[in-house]
Amino acid sequence: MPASMGSQMTIDDVRGKIAEGQTTATALAQDFYRHIREEDPEIGAFLTLSEERALAQAGRIDQMAAEGKPLPPLAGVPVAIKDVMVTSGVRTTAGSKILDNFVPPYDCTAVARLEAAGAVILGKLNCDEFAMGSSTENSAYYPVHNPRDKSRVPGGSSGGSAAAVAANMAVATLGSDTGGSIRQPASFCGVVGLKPTYGRVSRYGLIAFASSLDHIGPLANTVKDVALVLRTIAGRDAMDSTSAEVLVPDYVAELEKPIAGLKVGVAKEYFGAGLDSEVRAAVEAAIQKLAELGCEVVPVNLPHTEYAVPAYYIVATAEASSNLARYDGVRYGFRARANTLSEMYRQTRDSGFGLEVKRRIMLGTYALSAGYYDAYYLKAQKVRTLLTRDFDEAFKKVDVIAAPTCPTVAFKLGEKVNDPLAMYLADIYTVTANLAGIPGISIPCGENHEKLPIGLQLFARHFDEATLLRVAHAYERGRSSLAAGG
Amino acid sequence: MKVTDQDVAYVADLASLELTEEERARMLRDLNSILGYIERLGELQTDEIAPMAQVSDRYGVDESRQGSERFAYASRDDVTEGLRKSLPHEAAMKNAPDTDGTFFEVPKVIER
Repeated sequence: MPASMGSQMTIDDVRGKIAEGQTTATALAQDFYRHIREEDPEIGAFLTLSEERALAQAGRIDQMAAEGKPLPPLAGVPVAIKDVMVTSGVRTTAGSKILDNFVPPYDCTAVARLEAAGAVILGKLNCDEFAMGSSTENSAYYPVHNPRDKSRVPGGSSGGSAAAVAANMAVATLGSDTGGSIRQPASFCGVVGLKPTYGRVSRYGLIAFASSLDHIGPLANTVKDVALVLRTIAGRDAMDSTSAEVLVPDYVAELEKPIAGLKVGVAKEYFGAGLDSEVRAAVEAAIQKLAELGCEVVPVNLPHTEYAVPAYYIVATAEASSNLARYDGVRYGFRARANTLSEMYRQTRDSGFGLEVKRRIMLGTYALSAGYYDAYYLKAQKVRTLLTRDFDEAFKKVDVIAAPTCPTVAFKLGEKVNDPLAMYLADIYTVTANLAGIPGISIPCGENHEKLPIGLQLFARHFDEATLLRVAHAYERGRSSLAAGG
Repeated sequence: MKVTDQDVAYVADLASLELTEEERARMLRDLNSILGYIERLGELQTDEIAPMAQVSDRYGVDESRQGSERFAYASRDDVTEGLRKSLPHEAAMKNAPDTDGTFFEVPKVIER
């Protein structure tokens, strides 16, 4: 970069420039900080800059380069981390006032793996409080503005992660996705965002929202960069017993395999009422493009899709009500001053949590309370089985499924703040992959008449990120040649 | 099912939340709206369907075994050496709102 705003850099660009001595990791990090200081006041993507840690890491990379040592795969690559992943010695808030002063004593596994691969961690990114939201307006600090149109939301909850990539304030970022929180902001900001298979990436050090639905994943400007980051962070971690012992392929090598002959499923349930007509047209054109690239388009049925959002909001809030019980003011974070222990708990949580977090704790506690457990929580878990079976059946016939990421383009700030249900429905096409645990990616597939980005979503079988990325990469390349051609 | 003021008060109590009058009114309205939408799950016949609590149940469970043995994939052998060291006491206490250096301090638990 970023001599001037707007120039994109890929991981290969960074590696090339450092290897050829055109720049150093230190100079590059300083360039990015300069750009962030100029640009971010109007966007609000960052909550905390970790300059000391970044420059120390950049110095190590430059030292290795000076000594002629082989450089690690992400050497000097400026990245940033959603503020729901803990970073040793660097304030981590989860977008909440209850963790305003929290400085974790250890690193999230995904963050540690990025740094071990040479990445330079610029700072921590804004998000909805505890990742609860679809617009990043629930951040207890400030909302994030969409770099493509600052009057609009960047999506959420990883709004800072998507906006930072879109505004070239980081080459790649990490987000978390519990119901679409990586893919939906990627779609709204016009970048690539991947939610891997449940168990593919360790959740150790991810501040828990809903443990059976939470995923960590990468966002970047290209599919290849997303593949490079995934390769770095994926794989079994002894610190997370739900991380899977499943071989991590060389995703980048897999990208180049042909896609001709692959079967792409299309489900009418993802093209129903509420889908914006321009979004529909762009996604249908993208599916047509995949057909031109040699894929066979096959209709599939996902009949329980309409029950995904209601099932999701029971499961997610039930798990959240349990996970957020730990914020009691005793061991870390904000504490309200009170005369008795029970008053301290209540007042700490009352002043520390924002409205949406309280709403979800209330809903989840209600769904788990005596007399309602069977009607809500158990019912939702059974519907989760049905939704997962839908995908199992479909993937007997097809290799990937194509759909819109979101029913609309980015909406205006303030548009849905007072209507929680309308906000929840922004996740209608993304929550299914969290419930079933399958991987999903959002890649830009066009713009509407206001030049707002539209996202194509692809799903694949459990642990088949390789096929997902391969199809996304072929589409991305096909799309660029189309643009270049005409 | 309709959520009442009493339900809101009861659930807030379970969740260790106090909530202002305004927040309680808001919760009453929002919970009824969201639960109204969720009611549609009742349209599905699920008597014979097993609940799904975790995705990892799908790929790790050894169905030929019993009880917690089914989840053997998630466990490891006991080791006496090579475990990660615990956090130093000082590091663990660093974020404490109130501490005497050894313990977390809290207001009195038993009243009177």
